[in-house]
Amino acid sequence: MASPDAHLSSPAAGPWSASHASRVPVVWGVVLIAFVGFWLYGRSLAGWAFDYPRGWTVPAARWISAAMKWLINDATFGLFSFTDMTRFISAIVELPYRLAQSLLSTGFLEGSGSSAVQILPPLPWLAVVGAVALMGHALGGRRLAALVSACFLFIAVFGQWSSAMTTLASILVAAPLGVILGLLCGVAAVRWRGFERALSPLLDLMQTIPVFAYLVPVLFLFGFGPTAAVIATLIYATPPMTRITILSLRAVPSEVIDLGNMVGCTRRQMTWRILVPTARESLMVGMNQVIMLSLNMVIIASMIGAGGLGFDVLAALRRLDFGAGLEAGLAIVALAIALDRLSQAAAHRLATPLKSDARKGFAARHPYLLAALATIGIASLLALVLPWVHTYPQSMQLSTGAFWSDVVAWINVNYFDTLEAAKNAVLLNILIPFKRLLATLPWLGVVGLLGFAGFRLGGLRLALLTAGLSFLIAATGQWEKAMITVYLCGISVIIASLIGIPIGIVTASRDRLWSVVQVIIDTLQTLPSFVYLMPAVMLFRVGDFTAMIAIVAFAVAPAIRYTVLGIRKVDPRLIEAGRAMGCTEWQLLTRIKLKLAFPEIMLGLNQTIMFALSMLVITALVGTRDLGQEVYIALTKADTGRGLVAGLAVAFIAIIADRLISAGAGRVRARLGLE
Amino acid sequence: MSFPDPKLVCRNVWKLFGADARSWLEAGGTAADGEGMAAAGLVGAVRDVNLEVREGEIFVIMGLSGSGKSTLVRCLSRLIEPTSGEILFKGENLLAASSQRMIEIRRHLMGMVFQHFALLPHLSVLDNVAFPLDIQGMGRAGREARAREVIDLVGLAGREDAFPRQLSGGQQQRVGIARSLAVEPEIWFLDEPFSALDPLIRREMQDEFMRLQSVLRKTIVFITHDFDEAIRLADRIAIMKDGVIVQAGTPEEIVLKPATDYVSEFTRNVTRAKVVRAESLMTAGGSEDAGPKVDARATIAEAAPLFLDGASQLGVTGADGAVIGTLHRDAVVSLMLKG
Repeated sequence: MASPDAHLSSPAAGPWSASHASRVPVVWGVVLIAFVGFWLYGRSLAGWAFDYPRGWTVPAARWISAAMKWLINDATFGLFSFTDMTRFISAIVELPYRLAQSLLSTGFLEGSGSSAVQILPPLPWLAVVGAVALMGHALGGRRLAALVSACFLFIAVFGQWSSAMTTLASILVAAPLGVILGLLCGVAAVRWRGFERALSPLLDLMQTIPVFAYLVPVLFLFGFGPTAAVIATLIYATPPMTRITILSLRAVPSEVIDLGNMVGCTRRQMTWRILVPTARESLMVGMNQVIMLSLNMVIIASMIGAGGLGFDVLAALRRLDFGAGLEAGLAIVALAIALDRLSQAAAHRLATPLKSDARKGFAARHPYLLAALATIGIASLLALVLPWVHTYPQSMQLSTGAFWSDVVAWINVNYFDTLEAAKNAVLLNILIPFKRLLATLPWLGVVGLLGFAGFRLGGLRLALLTAGLSFLIAATGQWEKAMITVYLCGISVIIASLIGIPIGIVTASRDRLWSVVQVIIDTLQTLPSFVYLMPAVMLFRVGDFTAMIAIVAFAVAPAIRYTVLGIRKVDPRLIEAGRAMGCTEWQLLTRIKLKLAFPEIMLGLNQTIMFALSMLVITALVGTRDLGQEVYIALTKADTGRGLVAGLAVAFIAIIADRLISAGAGRVRARLGLE
Repeated sequence: MSFPDPKLVCRNVWKLFGADARSWLEAGGTAADGEGMAAAGLVGAVRDVNLEVREGEIFVIMGLSGSGKSTLVRCLSRLIEPTSGEILFKGENLLAASSQRMIEIRRHLMGMVFQHFALLPHLSVLDNVAFPLDIQGMGRAGREARAREVIDLVGLAGREDAFPRQLSGGQQQRVGIARSLAVEPEIWFLDEPFSALDPLIRREMQDEFMRLQSVLRKTIVFITHDFDEAIRLADRIAIMKDGVIVQAGTPEEIVLKPATDYVSEFTRNVTRAKVVRAESLMTAGGSEDAGPKVDARATIAEAAPLFLDGASQLGVTGADGAVIGTLHRDAVVSLMLKG
């Protein structure tokens, strides 16, 4: 009896499949041997292939800087100049921001600077807490109300109120603008193919380019201050919304679109009466994303003048005040949790209407709005006579900052040697050898190898992309720093995977454990990335090791998540079939689950790399010597060209990794018959 | 029998997928030339279809999945642009109509019911039903009054404020039916309206549909993959396979004279007595005293109980009530015994 499986794997199945299977490793072997040979013996033959000759460098940084200068000084659109346009954009953002900030934080001022006179105080803290509690109750009942008011109380008790309100004001401006902008771009992309074709590479780039890199041009064009920070936040948070909009509008069932045509919708009616409302559940997810991404940007944006909690964290980090940084960081987390849950509840509520009440009166339709207005009104009046209603009394504030600083100091006093030994061991045995190895690789060989990998995995187009982008990194004189980036990122990703994938495997089959782990990694992902940096710096001071710890901590979440999702997505009938055939648990895991989850795990690896790269740039603050540092230096010098070129180099690394892994995962998936 | 004028005529309609489909057709491609079509890299979803839908009839297009029936109905309403051919709706060629004109036609003259209901999740039942009228720009009072009328008609009164996800599948399709009727369409397309429903509910909805049609007398194009459903509902059936109509005719013609082996695959298990009408089985001529009377349009299954009283023959009456033939007991028995 010949089972079909045996038949397939037998050599008789066909000369093509047999020779194909054996040809792949042979070709790889030849190419790798050639590469290693060239690396070992090629230096004397072709030194230029190892160190990119200075004379060949394309002065892209200088060109970009010159272009920016031209934009600002000379560019015009006929009726108005480029500078007029940037001023106009600033004005659009500035107005609502000033309003929100006055309302929440500073009060309405007359005059400017230190001579300003407050004509109207900001909203009393009690009114804000009351209003968000009511909002929570309206959207998600008593539990949500308790949660969000607890978050805001936490902020007040730990003395972060005023900063937190400044941050909240910028989010309140950035998030709606981001949602609207993203929605419009997405709608336009769905409607006009050409627009989408122009947009999609831009979206790819925006997703991979480190935030720092576009802080520089934003700083250059819009100056230092909260407006520029809001604009940078918009640039960061809008692309995902655009993407989600495109995806969710495309996911509208074709029958619903047919319906729209059959009732005679015009194109505008089709968009706004059929597509957008039908997709609104997913669009709400986009809204939530925009809010969370805006919060992610809080600290980074404070580098170009956002102020608020982000500035507090940054300042604390700069003076190595762990306690203060942690408290401000936790206040960001509290804000993030409150806004996340509120927006999720809002999404849920909007997506699943319970009853139509269009025929009731205004008061009956908006009881919560009226109650919130009443709360604000009453609190504002009370605040005139009772100062504690207006400002949370200082005497009741708590601070644990000193405590945390003491803890860190204690650890450093007592365990300094142990920590130092561990650090040095890893540095000397792993980090430095790997770094040296990468530094000696010939750029030409790496470009060729990447091109070959691209060709094997995705054909000529991918080969041109990977080879071309890596060549551009070398040609713009970034090779050395790029290799340091690859080294730090590579080590961190390997360690994150070594930690994350086993945790994922263990967790995947245990529902209760997974629900706990899920909460933990969700929280890890809401934490602003800077928070990871601080304890690492406290314990290990500055340097590559510290950076690596912070990157691993940040990037381990996607490794766990995708492993678990991949394994849980494996068809339970297959596992049942495996059991029925008498597989042991180990065989089930290695022969069925991991095999089928492999493409998903590869995508997790992809995400881990992306996370690692985004964190890597931030670790420039702790003194790495990679592309991130280059961007950071450019930021402090407002050197647009230098910042963009280094930022693009990071983006290129991310794109190369992403495309290669996606192509590989796609091939594996096709081979496993999962497509 | 005299037939009313055709409401919708479909002439040589083609829908080919693939590059240069038009030039292949112009070079003389025919429906019979399946190999040539495949060689040209084309996929024929609808091939050279001709049909006429008459005023007030239920015209069923029956085919298995992939037979092109859904593509064909979308060509009829021009949701899909046919590659070539003519579609005449009340004498007007739809394929020549401007997009503005198509919007007008769809807004006022066409209604469509979808397999998966296609209800808008964010709107209540009332707003869903009123939606086509809203799109036309009708005021709130007017459209809601009309929506309530049709909601009553489909038996959903009282559920106006519910949302689609709160309704069962059968109820959701009633909303879909009400919505398509809200504009009082002259032609009513139903694309597998009951396929997504449980068998019992499907039966109930078919009955409901027949009841509605007895009141409304719409011109209907009904798509289904269920041959029994087609037999039950149709005045005429067109059977599709691989984009071609292999046979068109009344249920009786199809059951009694299947044109191809493919068609007889479907008809084999059909209970003849439920399809064959008295007029087909009678012998012409007869007298007024031939026995109990039965209408010529009645099926044999309906006529058979009349023999229970011991009669050996029935008088078959035509449209004017006069006897036009005789139905013999032996003929009925032999038909029923054959299945």
